[in-house]
Amino acid sequence: MPLVRIPGPLRSLSGGESAVTLDAGDLKSAIDQLESRFPGFRERLLDPQSGDLRQFVNVYLNDEDVRFGDGLATKLEEKDEVSIIPAVAGG
Amino acid sequence: MSEKRVIGLRCRECGSEYPLQATHVCEMCFGPLDVVYDRDVVRSRVSRESIAAGPPNMWRYRDLLPVEDDVPVVSLGEGFTPLVRAERLGAELGLKNLWLKNDTMNPTNSFKDRVVSVAVSWARSHGFETIACASTGNLANSVAAYSARAGLEAFVFIPADLEPQKVITTSVFGPNVVAVRGNYDQVNRLCSQLVETYPWAFCNINVRPFYAEGSKTLTYETVEQLGWRMPDEIVIPIASGCQFVKHRRAAGELLDYGLVDGRLPALTGAQALGCSPVYNAWQAGTETVMPVKPNTIAKSIAIGSPSDGSYVVRIARETGGTIDAVTEQEIVDAIRLLARTEGIFTETAGGVTVGVLAKLARAGRWKGDEVVVAYLTGHGLKTADVVAGADGVSEGTRRFEIEPSMKSFREVVTI
Repeated sequence: MPLVRIPGPLRSLSGGESAVTLDAGDLKSAIDQLESRFPGFRERLLDPQSGDLRQFVNVYLNDEDVRFGDGLATKLEEKDEVSIIPAVAGG
Repeated sequence: MSEKRVIGLRCRECGSEYPLQATHVCEMCFGPLDVVYDRDVVRSRVSRESIAAGPPNMWRYRDLLPVEDDVPVVSLGEGFTPLVRAERLGAELGLKNLWLKNDTMNPTNSFKDRVVSVAVSWARSHGFETIACASTGNLANSVAAYSARAGLEAFVFIPADLEPQKVITTSVFGPNVVAVRGNYDQVNRLCSQLVETYPWAFCNINVRPFYAEGSKTLTYETVEQLGWRMPDEIVIPIASGCQFVKHRRAAGELLDYGLVDGRLPALTGAQALGCSPVYNAWQAGTETVMPVKPNTIAKSIAIGSPSDGSYVVRIARETGGTIDAVTEQEIVDAIRLLARTEGIFTETAGGVTVGVLAKLARAGRWKGDEVVVAYLTGHGLKTADVVAGADGVSEGTRRFEIEPSMKSFREVVTI
């Protein structure tokens, strides 16, 4: 089952867990499952108006930003790893 | 005992407030955090006179920076770099009041010394023993130098294909150099995972709210050096957009605190077409910035996933600025143009800035008498290879090889 890595700012919702495995076929259903396990999760990740990923939430499927792919519709496979990472400044 | 002027952190998106601590994103919406000042305290202290009485470096604006008076600063004399009038470049571009803020003159030859001086000062005073960063080169260079100066350990994370000059000038200061096989965005992503495990001050991550404030001094200085006058327009290179946002903030503060009259300058952004996510959004008329995969010689600003990109688009629009981008050849041409007209050698990011300045000027953006300032944020020696021709001199430069005799000189050298 795909593994989802949870960043520090969201671990207050996940009871401190830094990674969870989910039985999800795509990113949207992964977020739905996170929401049912940890209420409040969806609101942190998705813009309430557009329903898309919030501007400052970067989600990576293995090494690739899902915005290069299908966004929330990105398909997840058995051994995939999803990382949720806040955007950071550069230099 | 002076009153505290730095009071907390606030999310730029949703307004959630946080105490002063090493953290960089809002827990609610992941938005960026900004330092909040007690404006009454700042207002009661800062004046043109108090600034003029300060040191001849960026710490003359300390009242506007997030480092309290009782904290020893880690300084190498950063800032207060020359603002030079560019008559010859201006003549080429039809601009009578063109100025160049030569930030290549900083201690490690880029504007990063401003932000790093603030970040390292803050971090050391808050008990951090290791300074770290993800970097396209200039930040690593500065972090290594300022950590040495402060007697702190440094870990710098860079893309493994970074220009050799930048690696040498960083490693001489004795940091731990971690060369990551990936592009800058991947390096940054790794660091934003490491920050959760290691008790380090990552300048551009968990210390970012403080770090970023240092950028403001570039605009404070520009206004002071113009004789306390706002320029009409400033051309600024865009990487993450963090710096651009802070120039808007700086200009707003100068007006709010009554240090200068007038209106906000138009803020104009410059990108390389090989990495132009913010320009793409501007062209599409949207604030939604989609990431790109960078492919440009302007590596120091090659950030494909710019965290502050949407703010840049908004600020450019609100201030009457614009965002433009130039080709690789235009970058190199601009480096040479600047060098031969003004005697200033800037790196590729400066080539992007001057390239966009030239492109806009030639397209008729200005009438000619506007006060236009371009920020040159890094020195040309950092990327010298891009102007090198096959014979070892800058392409277009005349080179003669002769015997050590008058005869040979007369025969070979055409005057």
